[in-house]
Amino acid sequence: MQDFSRRIYGLENEYGIMCTLKGQRRLSPDEVARYLFRKVVTWGRSSNVFLPNGSRLYLDVGSHPEYATAECDSLLDVVAQDRAGEYILNDLRVAAEERLADEGIRGEIHIYKNNTDSAGNSYGCHENYLTSRTDDQTSLSDVVIPFLITRQIFSGAGKLLMTAKGPLFTIAQRAEHIWETASSATTRSRPIINTRDEPHADAEHYRRLHVIVGDSNMSEYATFLKIGSMACVLRMFENPEIDFRDLMLESPVRAIREISHDITCKKKVKLKNGKEMSALDIQRIYLDKAISYSERFGFTEEETRALQMWEHCVSTIEDDPLKLATEVDWVAKHRLLTNYSEKHHISLGDPRCHLIDLQYHDIDPARGIFYHLRNKGIMESLCSEEQILVATKSAPVTTRAHLRSQFITAAQLKKRDYTVDWVHLKINDQSQRTVLCKNPFKNADDRVQKLIDSL
Amino acid sequence: MTEKIRKTSSTPSEAPADEIDELAVGKNTHAENLKADLDQLLDDIDSILETNAEDFVNSYVQKGGE
Repeated sequence: MQDFSRRIYGLENEYGIMCTLKGQRRLSPDEVARYLFRKVVTWGRSSNVFLPNGSRLYLDVGSHPEYATAECDSLLDVVAQDRAGEYILNDLRVAAEERLADEGIRGEIHIYKNNTDSAGNSYGCHENYLTSRTDDQTSLSDVVIPFLITRQIFSGAGKLLMTAKGPLFTIAQRAEHIWETASSATTRSRPIINTRDEPHADAEHYRRLHVIVGDSNMSEYATFLKIGSMACVLRMFENPEIDFRDLMLESPVRAIREISHDITCKKKVKLKNGKEMSALDIQRIYLDKAISYSERFGFTEEETRALQMWEHCVSTIEDDPLKLATEVDWVAKHRLLTNYSEKHHISLGDPRCHLIDLQYHDIDPARGIFYHLRNKGIMESLCSEEQILVATKSAPVTTRAHLRSQFITAAQLKKRDYTVDWVHLKINDQSQRTVLCKNPFKNADDRVQKLIDSL
Repeated sequence: MTEKIRKTSSTPSEAPADEIDELAVGKNTHAENLKADLDQLLDDIDSILETNAEDFVNSYVQKGGE
């Protein structure tokens, strides 16, 4: 058995894109994507590249720019690397707008870190957790799925939904788009856990748990807590002394929507065993288990921090969920919309409210509402500006990403043709030298150093 | 660094009386400042929003992802 006191995490975000002039659509998403990636293609000769900070940036299905963080073994690194992705994409936006202007095309480009458009299309935010090959996947699913369905009460990004009965403020962007619990599908029928078996590591020892139910968070607090609380649950699951109560939901797909539609977080949903519990009840059970686990076995320092944040959120929600406006995205957005609609005497169905719902996720610091909230200190931040800027250039130094980062940086400097993926580093010359890095925890490797020295 | 706001109120019962007052005052001032900042943002928000809200929102159509 491996010791998972260190764990590898990664976070992938698909972004939405648009180019408008005076509110009217100017270019199609395909065209916007081409402008955005012009700079990437010039740099890496492809629209699918690994960057010097160890991340992967590419154009995914449906013309969505996707940014996948480097392998991180610290929760704070995940947050910084994820925010760095926003900064990197914003730089591409600036360059693309300049190019548009040069070509005489008027218009501004918007990039959104959210999960839905106005026509009901969805794109994802995927979390990755390195787990053990020996874990029983069925019991893992049974334990984590009720947790993942209910954690939206602190990790949801909020969405104004138009329903037959009028506008409805919902907790999670992804709730309406999830159709299964665990499967290998992604676009056809989105599951909570994607079972595709690609560990990007030694498959004899590792699996990569691929969670695709989550919302893209703007709040750093929510990102840290989302991944940190899941890390606590996995830690408990991996301990053979720990048994979990059966909290399986009668219909997970219905429950995730019902919970999303209830901003009190206290309405009951049906369990398979016939009982009824609220999302808050279920989170309280997992949390209490983690608190007693922490007293018996202890968590890592960062997991302990996540546990404290988790406790803070669950306790506050028990009192009043709307008190979490500085930590939780959906509450922050709800407060904005409530205050704005009251101030202007308009309903939540007013287009201006939908605009606020969308602009909360704009990653342009001048136009994005979240950025204004963060910069005024209305939303909490965990990373300094400096930490985020460093993360745009440098990979976490404690994982394999550090090797990739060093290799890419050196190869670019020497203008050598190279190919990399999550596990390979290769020089494209006659010798085709390739180094396979199967251990994501390993941040130093003589073979890689030799490869770099030979450039 | 981020937990300072909440953590100050976690064990008020053990703090001396004058400290409690300071904490309470600090907390209130912080809350009032946040409210003032939020009010300010709500006043300013229209300047960062598109004026043509309806068309803009309806223009935002993507293809599905993943």
